[in-house]
Amino acid sequence: MFVLSKKGLHVKIGELKSDLGLIKNLELSVGKIVEETWAEPMGPTPFPSLTTLREWDVKLLQRYKPFYLPFCDVCCLCTFGKCDLTGGKRGACGIDMAAQQSRIVLLACCIGAATHTGHARHLVEHLIEKYGRRMPLDVGGLNIQVEAPITRLVCGVKPETLGDLEDILDYVETQITHCLSVCHTGQEGNNLDFESKVFHVGMLDHVGMEVADIAQIAAYGFPKGDPDAPLVDLGYGTVNLEKPVILCIGHNVVPSIGIIDYMKDNGLDGEIEVCGLCCTAHDFTRYYKRGKIIGPISWQLRFIRSGVPDVVVLDEQCIRTDSFYEAQRIKAPVIVASEKNCMGLPDRTNDPADAIVEDLVSGKAPGALILDPEKVGEVAVKVALKVAPLRKKFKAIPEVDEVLRKAKECRQCGDCRRACPQDLHIPEAMKAAMEGSLAKLADLYDFCVGCGRCEETCPAGLEVHSFIVKAGEKKLKEETYKVRAGRGPIQDVEIRNVGSPIVLGEIPGVVAFVGCANYPKGGMDVVEMCREFASRRYIVVTSGCAAMTAGMYKNEEGKTLYEEFTGEFTAGCMVNVGSCVANAHIAGAAIKIANIFAKRNLRANYEEIADYILNRVGAVGVAWGAYSQKAASIASGFWRLGVPVIVGPHGIKYRRMLLGRADREEDWYVYDARTGEKVYVGPAPEHLFYAAETKEEAMVMIAKLCMRPNDTTKGRAIKLTHYIDLHKRLYGTMPEDIHRFVRTVADIPVTMKDEIIKILEEKGWKETVIPDPTLLPRLIRKKKE
Amino acid sequence: MATEPWQRAEIPGPKKALVITKPEVVVAMIKRAQRPILVVGHQAAEIDFNGGKLVDFIIEFAKKTSIPVVATAHMIGEFAKRGFKPAAFMPAVDIGNRLVDPNWTGVDGKGQHDLALFVGLYYYMEWTILSGLKHFAKHLKTISLDNVYHPHASWSFPNLSHEEWVKNLKVIMEKV
Repeated sequence: MFVLSKKGLHVKIGELKSDLGLIKNLELSVGKIVEETWAEPMGPTPFPSLTTLREWDVKLLQRYKPFYLPFCDVCCLCTFGKCDLTGGKRGACGIDMAAQQSRIVLLACCIGAATHTGHARHLVEHLIEKYGRRMPLDVGGLNIQVEAPITRLVCGVKPETLGDLEDILDYVETQITHCLSVCHTGQEGNNLDFESKVFHVGMLDHVGMEVADIAQIAAYGFPKGDPDAPLVDLGYGTVNLEKPVILCIGHNVVPSIGIIDYMKDNGLDGEIEVCGLCCTAHDFTRYYKRGKIIGPISWQLRFIRSGVPDVVVLDEQCIRTDSFYEAQRIKAPVIVASEKNCMGLPDRTNDPADAIVEDLVSGKAPGALILDPEKVGEVAVKVALKVAPLRKKFKAIPEVDEVLRKAKECRQCGDCRRACPQDLHIPEAMKAAMEGSLAKLADLYDFCVGCGRCEETCPAGLEVHSFIVKAGEKKLKEETYKVRAGRGPIQDVEIRNVGSPIVLGEIPGVVAFVGCANYPKGGMDVVEMCREFASRRYIVVTSGCAAMTAGMYKNEEGKTLYEEFTGEFTAGCMVNVGSCVANAHIAGAAIKIANIFAKRNLRANYEEIADYILNRVGAVGVAWGAYSQKAASIASGFWRLGVPVIVGPHGIKYRRMLLGRADREEDWYVYDARTGEKVYVGPAPEHLFYAAETKEEAMVMIAKLCMRPNDTTKGRAIKLTHYIDLHKRLYGTMPEDIHRFVRTVADIPVTMKDEIIKILEEKGWKETVIPDPTLLPRLIRKKKE
Repeated sequence: MATEPWQRAEIPGPKKALVITKPEVVVAMIKRAQRPILVVGHQAAEIDFNGGKLVDFIIEFAKKTSIPVVATAHMIGEFAKRGFKPAAFMPAVDIGNRLVDPNWTGVDGKGQHDLALFVGLYYYMEWTILSGLKHFAKHLKTISLDNVYHPHASWSFPNLSHEEWVKNLKVIMEKV
């Protein structure tokens, strides 16, 4: 069998008898020999190029058309510009506003995908150096035999060792480069083709994330799909302030592991607190359960200024670029440990560890760039031990009397409020502080995203954010929670158990709360949403900063959501898969439902699997505080796979939505694969990318977007029950679009039958059939005569 | 200051909203419009207004002008509590998306709207939706009734104190 792909010429030999002997299952490709151990036949789209899946993208984009929300009227990307693109004008290069917006989205997604993939490349290279190319990719033993569902789906290969991941990254990096080149002036000119490439780079991003996470799970022995992964400490209040504290910020766990290993190897485990912000904290708690997660990205300023950290170690991604300056304010030495983030510091990688330690402890050098993670570990630990007694937790947060005194300098100009992304009523709170009360400033603590823009704009130079943190200090210190360490992938057996009830609609949906912490009204919105849907027995999955936020609440019994709900991937769960790159396991679970439960071929069979997910798997992503380019690329990977994504109101700044039009009946027809007939299935799911204004709106929409054309009548009745119940509770009314989701009378929830039938009669509703739904004509099985 | 965006960094570009220097401008725009619509965001239930909430004023305004109201987010419940039935309710991005479609037949099925008034959305949501309409809905004029300058609207109040804003809206109510 010959297989041609973008990777070159592949020759596969099932069995060959020759003078030399019998050869079985041999696959040759240019430059290497691959032993074929995967019996599944190669699907139609291995290693897809920029246009391979364009037809699928167009199908999605015809239904979910972009609604552009330009963030700027002009284009300023070349020296012809700035070009005014208002009112249908084209720029000097000929581009119009729609294409320009898509182009910027593509650029953002390329940044996001490159970031995850660069992270993956660094991890894989480091781990190969440490453990060898042949280290097996065991991410769950017999429980997880489909170990890399996205890679298998996209590339058509089954990686078995760390070395196998290099080829996959070669492909992803090449394609990201092509996508980025599309953003150059004078390349693509059509907005929908830009959008198709946005989907492409999102798909690549998911491959990159999967590579990163399975590499670190296998090599570091992170939990391997373990529903009972340990509960780890979360929150400022969990840190023992009597001990030296090392703070790690970022996403790449390698330097943190250098620290933990050095501590363990030198009998210092327990002597030092290792805590972290953002995803690097998620990942080191998968390795070291005594590590502490301080909180999401927005805790950076408040935690550094609190003076608790004795050493600050920065790796990569989502690090405040002023963290070096902030650390200097509390006299904490800084170690930067990534080539991507050198902070202007001298490269001390080749210097003796003790010389670096001496310079950092004496204050001769405020920080150092160290690109050897083992050396980072040694230096960080030694510096923490020596600096802690000298620093005595020197902090940059003022005392109460100083806040009250400084507040009197406030000019009440209102600029702080106008700089605040949340439009917080800071001037009123400052006025109260001028009059001696910090209560209003303390109220702001829960809603502050920690950006510090209030301080940057203050004409009096007041440290407004620090004032808010001081006023809310009691809350900060009481932050003592638990989060289940990231469990990694979903087990195959869990997929088998829930596959049928998900596809038939009896488990009402899979809701993934992911992404960053740019919340419009504080993190409690995320907690409430998670709790609501877990209580309704949806499968609730979390990752990244959202997973931390979800843990920052205790019920009446003092339990966090992770203690209240099971960690098994089943109805009514709270499953934390892990850091940003662990998002791949959420997409992977949807893919595995199609593969393991429905037995659809996985190998390089992207369109069919995405078509299956779009029409049958009631999964929704919710990125309530999404802020980053990575979040954009993660979302776009879900879109191509047929999974809708809801973002919070700040997400509207991603410049375009992908919205269905429920009122356009013609948009909601699918093929019935049994007959080839086109059948109206209603707007299910109604949107592909959508920004909700409030958590109430998001909750109603989550329930709605979980509906799929394939739902059985029982499943649809269950989903409608949740949708109607939430709508009545949060909107105070019955939904006005029920007729679009009732296909037969059997879909109607029994307890609401009379009420709904009356509505259906008023709307002139007609019964339709429940098809075997697909958007792909090639999947139609010819009707037998 | 008057025509600076409320959020200082939200600089739009060459085409900025005309400033409503006196409330009669809004009255004239409403009277001239054939098919106006009023989009009301969730903050209308939170903003204090003349001893009540902004939504109370909106209801009176809608009744007096007969302008159909589209409630976004969970505002439908707030209207219902007050015994008022908006013409429609839908997410803010959905009404924006429909308003850019020249073939949409409006909330009453009688044709696309020619004037959309906005009030009560998050500043940045309204800002971006108005931007989408500015660029892609040539058939539409937009007015922001918020007390902050919205550069992407066709017409917007400047950044006003609460008191000035209340006074302006009352004049509009009186003269419309």
